[in-house]
Amino acid sequence: MFGISKSFPGVKALQNVQLAAYAGEVLALMGENGAGKSTLMKILSGAYVADPGGEIRIDGRPVKLGNPAAARAAGIAIIYQELALAPNLTVAENIHLGAELGRAGLIDRVAMNEACRPLLERLGTPFRPETLVATLSVAEQQLVEIARALHRQARILVLDEPTTALSARETDRLFALIRQLRAEGIALIYISHRMAEIDELADRVAVLRDGTYVGMLEKQEISSAAIVRMMVGRDLSGFYVKQRGGRPVFGPPVLEVDGLTDGARVQPSSFTLHQGEVLGIAGLVGAGRTELARLIFGADPHPSGRIRLNGKTIEIRSPREALDAGIAYLTEDRKALGLFLDMSCAGNINMGVIGRDAHGGVLDSRRGRSRASSAFAMLKVRAASTLVSVGGLSGGNQQKVLLGRLLETGPKVLILDEPTRGVDIGAKSEIYRLIGDLAAKGLGIIVISSEMAEIVGICDRVLVMREGVITGEVGGPDRPDITQEAIMAYAAGVAA
Amino acid sequence: MSSALVPPAGPAEIPSSARTSERLRSVMQAAGMLPVLVLLAIGFHVFGGHRFLSGQNLSIVAQQAAINVVLSAGMTFVILTGGIDLSVGSTLAFSAMGGLMVSLVPGLGWLAIPACLGAGLLIGLLNGSLIAGLKIPPFIVTLGTLTAVRGLARLMGEDRTIFNPSLSYAWIGNDGIPVTSTLVIPWLAVIALVVIVACWFVLRRTVLGVHIYAVGGNPAAARLAGINVPAVLMFVYALSGLLAGLGGVMSSARLYAANGLQLGQSYELDAIAAVILGGTSFVGGIGSVWGTLVGGLMIAVLSNGLILIGVSDIWQFIIKGLVIIIAVALDRFRQPAART
Repeated sequence: MFGISKSFPGVKALQNVQLAAYAGEVLALMGENGAGKSTLMKILSGAYVADPGGEIRIDGRPVKLGNPAAARAAGIAIIYQELALAPNLTVAENIHLGAELGRAGLIDRVAMNEACRPLLERLGTPFRPETLVATLSVAEQQLVEIARALHRQARILVLDEPTTALSARETDRLFALIRQLRAEGIALIYISHRMAEIDELADRVAVLRDGTYVGMLEKQEISSAAIVRMMVGRDLSGFYVKQRGGRPVFGPPVLEVDGLTDGARVQPSSFTLHQGEVLGIAGLVGAGRTELARLIFGADPHPSGRIRLNGKTIEIRSPREALDAGIAYLTEDRKALGLFLDMSCAGNINMGVIGRDAHGGVLDSRRGRSRASSAFAMLKVRAASTLVSVGGLSGGNQQKVLLGRLLETGPKVLILDEPTRGVDIGAKSEIYRLIGDLAAKGLGIIVISSEMAEIVGICDRVLVMREGVITGEVGGPDRPDITQEAIMAYAAGVAA
Repeated sequence: MSSALVPPAGPAEIPSSARTSERLRSVMQAAGMLPVLVLLAIGFHVFGGHRFLSGQNLSIVAQQAAINVVLSAGMTFVILTGGIDLSVGSTLAFSAMGGLMVSLVPGLGWLAIPACLGAGLLIGLLNGSLIAGLKIPPFIVTLGTLTAVRGLARLMGEDRTIFNPSLSYAWIGNDGIPVTSTLVIPWLAVIALVVIVACWFVLRRTVLGVHIYAVGGNPAAARLAGINVPAVLMFVYALSGLLAGLGGVMSSARLYAANGLQLGQSYELDAIAAVILGGTSFVGGIGSVWGTLVGGLMIAVLSNGLILIGVSDIWQFIIKGLVIIIAVALDRFRQPAART
């Protein structure tokens, strides 16, 4: 790809970007959120059309990729984070989707099953062509997508953060498959944020920043420090430095959780959170961290267990009761579970408090406006005004709006579930600073995060969960050192 | 860390030209179908022998529009939450039957209007508890009550028309406020306008209104934001039922009579059409009750105007259907990002 540019109204998403991938290599594509990786890949897949001036060549010949079908015909396949399979159909039907075998409009299932059997054997899949996709795990569904791509004779395979939802063992198996495909001469473009994966897998690393091509690292030059420096354009040492000088002094317990369980995914769990403390909850995806947070917030019912707030036992049966008591929860999925995308920023910020502010059910719109603008100022939200709809903002600004809603409710306990997911690095540092400031004001803060560096960097103490159980505690007043190794050991179940 | 990172210039900043077009779009959105309504009215006036815009005809149009506007106002609430209420036509018949039967009981005439409203509210609460409590899809629940309540309405009058020539509240359906010797503002139209203003107030000025938009925009987020989602759903279906009951008052007042089989047949479709013409999103969360008023007026203007220019009954159906589709298609063209 040479000289690729793409403009959207008001934004230049890509500017004169180049990228070369060779057969039989794994090219890692890296960059912050918003650096242009997805846009570039959407151009490659034909979902977007690039601005005139650039050129894409395959095997040295220029090609026009005006639509997804053309890209497919050119041998390009993309496997997105959100898999695009029909769960109600079988593996073979999914692999043949859009190109079913048969005659005169009648489908030939036997032929379809046989046609993909050798391919599935080559990939070493544990399932058969007749298997229903809905019964497969995420990792297996990913294999179906890869099989579909190979079935269509794809020679350029793009994998967009393929390991996000995979366990360690599944990741290993995927990596083995990627190496096999590389040996078979397929060009692989691998998008990931995980440095360890890049170290292990990539032959070369291309870096994008703010829609421009920054450069390429060859195998021997690849290091986390070098990649981060290129991605950010500046040195990041000191990024995670904690806010408060010396060891922070904690107040009395603000939240005490005793034997809280949902009877299924969260085993009876107990812990204490102090005023002014930032308590991390680490663990692998699916360890029950979000589920535990939702129990505390009253989003899901808890058949047994007790919650004490400032020493008083409280009964929480719904998010409303939690908010009224002073517990606020930032969801990990702000678009699906947090924001009202069609509404204005002001509307979103005020959503938790309009009932409190109202006079006899009638809105206090002046109060609402002043709340919105003070939240904008405090959180440094970058938007044209508080009245623009929140759906058009960047991830970082959306997250700030959602945080604004929580803070307006005046919480004593703040539970932040993946507070910096899908947030650019500038907003990230602002959110860390905010967490520090709020803790200094005496709030108790729980941070759930899959980003190990974040947990280590901003938390005073870390609980580690594994399969619904709090398996360990790292840090705290008597053991001030929090290390990734100690957390990983508990998370993976290798520590005693 | 405080000064280690200077935040990059925000990509979310919107240039002023975009802001102007944003403003223009919001004005267009607010105006919605109003220009089309005006054009229709002028067209019918010119091609209908200059009778359409006479005071007398306009008050007839307002009267014809009134009941549908009241039903559509309730329907707007329901559709704003992403739901649908198919039962309003049957509920109107049921409550009108109830009202007329009570009006015939000696000494209980004053109870007729409360009986109408109560009957409507009852059906609305039934819909609401099935939808909010048992979480049955609104389409299915109200399809069921559409049929069952129609049956009830027929049962009440033993499938006959109930008639009360000395109906105490008939003035609602037949009188109005005289403005000049030829122009009378019918009470029906006044009621419809009051309903629209009250609905606007609830939707735009109260906590409940914001919660209705929130539930329609993202029910899962609404719950986590501390909104009592079942209570909001209960309210919108109860209100839709209550307004259908008010529709029952209005149509029985007009006719001095009610018939369980015929009254309110397919009124739900006109109400839905008015809401959609008014620009309310079918998936919920976007829309306004003023748009619904314009939509309801469009339907009434079409019915009246087509008769004035001498279009046959059969062709009226075909044209009205096409106008609904074309109008909404134009609307999508005007605002390509909108979800209908």
